[in-house]
Amino acid sequence: MKRLLLISLLFPFIVFAADADYTLTIKDHQFHPSELTIPSGKKVKLLVENQDATPEEFDSYALNREKMVAGNSSAVVFIGPLDPGRYTFTGEFHAATAQGAIVAK
Amino acid sequence: MFATAIIVFREVLEAALIIGILAAATSSIPGSRRWLAAGLLAGLVGSGVVAAFTDVIGSLASGIGQELFNAIVLGIAVLMLAWHNIWMSSHGAALAASAKSVGNNIRDGRSECSALLLIVGLAVLREGSETVLFLYGIAASGGNGQSSMLLGGLLGMLSGIALGYTIYAGLLRIPMRWFFTATGVLVLLLAAGMASQAAHFLIQADLLPSLAAPLWDTSMALPENGLPGMLLHSLIGYDSRPAGMQLVFYLVALSVISIGMKLARRPQQTRGVS
Repeated sequence: MKRLLLISLLFPFIVFAADADYTLTIKDHQFHPSELTIPSGKKVKLLVENQDATPEEFDSYALNREKMVAGNSSAVVFIGPLDPGRYTFTGEFHAATAQGAIVAK
Repeated sequence: MFATAIIVFREVLEAALIIGILAAATSSIPGSRRWLAAGLLAGLVGSGVVAAFTDVIGSLASGIGQELFNAIVLGIAVLMLAWHNIWMSSHGAALAASAKSVGNNIRDGRSECSALLLIVGLAVLREGSETVLFLYGIAASGGNGQSSMLLGGLLGMLSGIALGYTIYAGLLRIPMRWFFTATGVLVLLLAAGMASQAAHFLIQADLLPSLAAPLWDTSMALPENGLPGMLLHSLIGYDSRPAGMQLVFYLVALSVISIGMKLARRPQQTRGVS
């Protein structure tokens, strides 16, 4: 019973999409929106939703973040708090088209 | 093709360097090769499994399952590298003198070898699963240029392996007098770098505060996507924009393992004197 409870604790992922601050969508190996404005000096919960069938890696040296997003699924990434500025990111697996930036204001 | 080669190269490089360094460091331990090979094989199988369950792992723990998984894998690897280095500190002298004396102590050698297996397996698992996903994506998407991209992947993989072999062969050329010090320092830095990476994932999952992020920004002078930056990232855990917490993890791992190595060496030396 205790184990069941523990396992159930691991699965509240149905709700994680709901309380994200911002959402980035990947479709046809492109980010939508390609530029996302967020407040500076504040930690932000970002949901990356991959609508392509192929996996993608959300990758940003500027933000110091890397996260695999399986095909047709979503992933949560926490970013910031950031200084004001422009922070580029790519979908590493399709870097030719999957380009974007976070603008902290 | 070139872009593909670089992505695969970067993933393979880290595992290849770890294997190269460990293969050299344990070259005098009887049977270590077999354990390394077993670790490699287990890691390859494991990376296929992890790749297949990426979405499941990712959705665990409210969407931070991937970070937890990476941090745990890195944490175990750090512990095993620490154990390896401390073990080597107390046996290095004996190994240098004669491989036989250690070979006799089979039980001791075996626990060291199982640490080896785990380190190599985990390194391949982590980097391999991303490579598998990437190559799967290419294979699944079809279209033209597919075969040239897969060829690029193969090229990247071979280049990574070649570099791993280069460091292995290079280390073996180091005179015996310096050999254990050199491999010891390399393994120490590998472990500290992994500790910093583990912190990086825990920060990304919002489980740890970042403490001043970035602590510095050297992305102009030494970008992480250039070859020198890539090599330094794999070898000593270089990060062009690290969080303060990463440095804390780095320094703690560095000092704890160094102290452990020193303590392990001491009885050896007194025995040598008497």
